[in-house]
Formats: sequence, C-alpha cells, structure tokens
Amino acid sequence: MLRPRIIPCLLVHDGGLVKTVRFKEPKYVGDPINAVKIFNEKEADELIVLDIDASVQGAEPNFRLIAQFAAECRMPLCYGGGVKTAQQAKRIIGLGVEKVAVSSAAIDNPAVITEIANEVGSQSVVVVIDAKKKLLGGHEAWTRNGKKNSGRSVLEFAKQAAELGAGEIVVNSIDNDGLMTGYDLALARKVREATRLPMSFLGGAGSLADFGKLIAECGVVGAAAGSFFVFKGAYRAVLISYPAPAQKDELIRTHLTQ
Amino acid sequence: MIKIVDYGLGNILAFQNMYKRLNVDVSVARTAAQLADASRIILPGVGAFDHAMELLDASGMRATLDELVLRRRVPVLGICVGMQILAQSSEEGRLAGLGWIDARVRSFDALKRDDLLLPHMGWNDVQPITSAPLFAGLLSEGRFYFLHSYYFECARDQDVAARTTYGVDFACAVHAGNIYGVQFHPEKSHHFGAQLLKNFSELPPC
Repeated sequence: MLRPRIIPCLLVHDGGLVKTVRFKEPKYVGDPINAVKIFNEKEADELIVLDIDASVQGAEPNFRLIAQFAAECRMPLCYGGGVKTAQQAKRIIGLGVEKVAVSSAAIDNPAVITEIANEVGSQSVVVVIDAKKKLLGGHEAWTRNGKKNSGRSVLEFAKQAAELGAGEIVVNSIDNDGLMTGYDLALARKVREATRLPMSFLGGAGSLADFGKLIAECGVVGAAAGSFFVFKGAYRAVLISYPAPAQKDELIRTHLTQ
Repeated sequence: MIKIVDYGLGNILAFQNMYKRLNVDVSVARTAAQLADASRIILPGVGAFDHAMELLDASGMRATLDELVLRRRVPVLGICVGMQILAQSSEEGRLAGLGWIDARVRSFDALKRDDLLLPHMGWNDVQPITSAPLFAGLLSEGRFYFLHSYYFECARDQDVAARTTYGVDFACAVHAGNIYGVQFHPEKSHHFGAQLLKNFSELPPC
C-alpha cells in the first residue's frame, strides 16, 4: 500500500534554520545540517528544504549549501529557493537532490515547468504554490516569499502546472503558516480534486491529529510541517522531533480510508 | 570493488554515502578503463528511458558493461531507470534497452485508472519472493521509496524477485542469474535500503 508521507519542511534564512509565522518573523531554531542528521536518525519519509532568501533577493540557488544537504540527507530530498532555469535545476539534481521545487519562477514564467521537466524528468519537478485567502473567497498564489500577489487562482495554477509537466504540487498556506492550529482542509480538498498529481500540504499542522485529519480528507498525501517538528510545548521551546514508526502506522491505519 | 556507473544520471553521491556508512569500498566509474576491474556494478538512473540509453551509449562504457555482465557474469544492480533499461523496450521511448532481461516497460497512465495519482511516488510495501537474495532480512517487512511513471513487466515469472501493488501488481525487483534490478531507490530508503545494498555487496560470485 502506498503510504501518506509525513514531511518536515526546513526553512533556511541567512544560513540558519528558521521558522516563520505567516511567512514573517523568522525565528532562528538551529543549524540546518544538524536538523537533517536528526531526521536521518528518525527515518523521516522525506525532507523539503526551502531557501526563503533566494527568490526575494533574486539570487542564484546556493549550490554549496545544497551539496551539503544532499550529501548529508539519507531520505528523499526536495530543494526549493531561487530556481529559475532548467540549467539550475539540472545542476541541483546532479548534486544528489531527488526533487527541485519552483515557485515564483513558475508563476512568472509557467513554461519553465516544462523546460525543467524536459531536462530532469517530470517526477523531479515540484511546483510550490504559496496560497493566501482572498477577502471574498478563494485563494490566490503569492510569490517572492509571500510578498507579491500574482493574482492567479491557486486551483487554476495547480491545473496548469500539472498540464505543463509538474510531478508534484506542494500547497503552502500563508494564512496558517506557523499557527499550529491545523491545515486549511477545505483548500486541501479542492486542490486534491483539481489534479491527479501527488500532492503535499504545508502550513498549520500543530499535532499528530492534524496530520490525521489531512489524511482522512485527502487520502495518500504528503503531510508537511515546519513548527510541529521543531517546537515543543506551549512556550515553543526548540526541540527537533519526528513521530515514531508505530505512531505513523497508527495514524495511517486510523485515518486512511481509501 | 563495487563500481558505480556514472553516465550522467542518478544520485551517485547517495550510493557512495550509503556504502561509506556500511564500511564497504566503492568507487565511481566514468570510463571503460575505470569500470574494467569491477567485482560488482551499480547502474543508477533517473529520468526518461531514451535519455538513459543515449547517455549510456555516449559514455563509452557500454561494450565493457556487456563484457563484464554477459560474459564474465559480474553481478549488476540496476536502480530505477537503471532497472528499466535492463528490459528490451519501454512504452516511454523508442530506443532498444540493454535487453538483459526478457521484459518490457509499461506506462501506468495506459491503465486508465482515474484514481491513480501519477507518478507513483512515496513509500510502498514490497513483497519479495522468499528466496530472493537481495531481500535477505527484509522478508517480513520491506518498505521502499518509489518515484516513477512506468513499470517493469517480465515475460518470465521466474525473473521476478519482488512485487509491489500500485494500480497493478508489478515487478519492483528482478533477478536473472547475475543480473538484478530494483525500481525503488534503496539509496534513499533508510535501513531497508541499507540492508538491500549490503545484501548486494555480499552476494556470492556467480
């Protein structure tokens, strides 16, 4: 049986591991490579690493840092941040990364999704959509780490990304980021119904029960989170953790209905 | 020594890291001369079937591979697309594969299953046949990371070493003589993958 994935998402800012709230107030929580080592030991299903500076500064991906992540990471790794061209994506895959994420660049220039897919294969192209609620309903995709509204509907863009050759969609809820009060399940369901691509959702998970609700809503899905894996307790003390295999089995058994 | 064939595809670094942790010597072969003294061969691969065959042909290692695998019967392990090119052909491409195993590679999409998310991506259960040497220690529980849109279909049942179900029951591992292949990524499958790669390094010579 194909299993839902429980995925830590690490944000990198100024070379450190940070966690944001609604894409703001990056709080330093430690050394990113050390975090990778811990998730290796915990046998995490997969890892997403996002450099939140690169697309804002218009910078090239930090290939030296990516090489360090790839060398350390013993689970499938998805890297995003500053990727604009198929050549950059190819270089990143060549460093030993399984999947390359594009976000701002894919919205500015959707053709780049196809160009990257042609270079590295669809299975390695992840389109990350930073989603924010509109005042009157629906969600729009934002770029530049949540600073610029593209005006594009999240659902329409997800469909377009699928048609252009994306291998996975990651939806990141700006509204729920860092709140630890649960996923935007209504959005998750709509995106799930919009395409046949594998999907992961990010933003809002604060407990194992939140992963369970997402799995019950969407079936075989990637349940990604940041805060959940780095904070402990009401005072948000920094402590990196990951569910034990038995906890994951229980979660899947009780919530996966398909 | 185990040689990892670097013809421009696949996560060479991940195999090196995994074997380093297992204290097994490996080195990377980028030329026929570097490949020539291999005692085991790992043939990685990601991406499209034809692209993999084109790069392998262009690498200058193809004749040496044939010599080592077909004549000297050196154990070889194809991974992901590196397994798929062991077949004769693929619905993904037009080029002929290596043809070392009597098989063809088929498209999940052609199953016309609307409920099937594609690519097949994530951790899935693997059911080995009980005598499969690659899966020693993995018979009761084996779970591996998959990332692919095409699947392997053997002409002969005895070549199938393990099966996985995703829309269809397919050969996720094959074994014919000294030739082995796995569709999943042992180099990214934690202790399950480490065990499989260790098993490959300890196979008796054919």
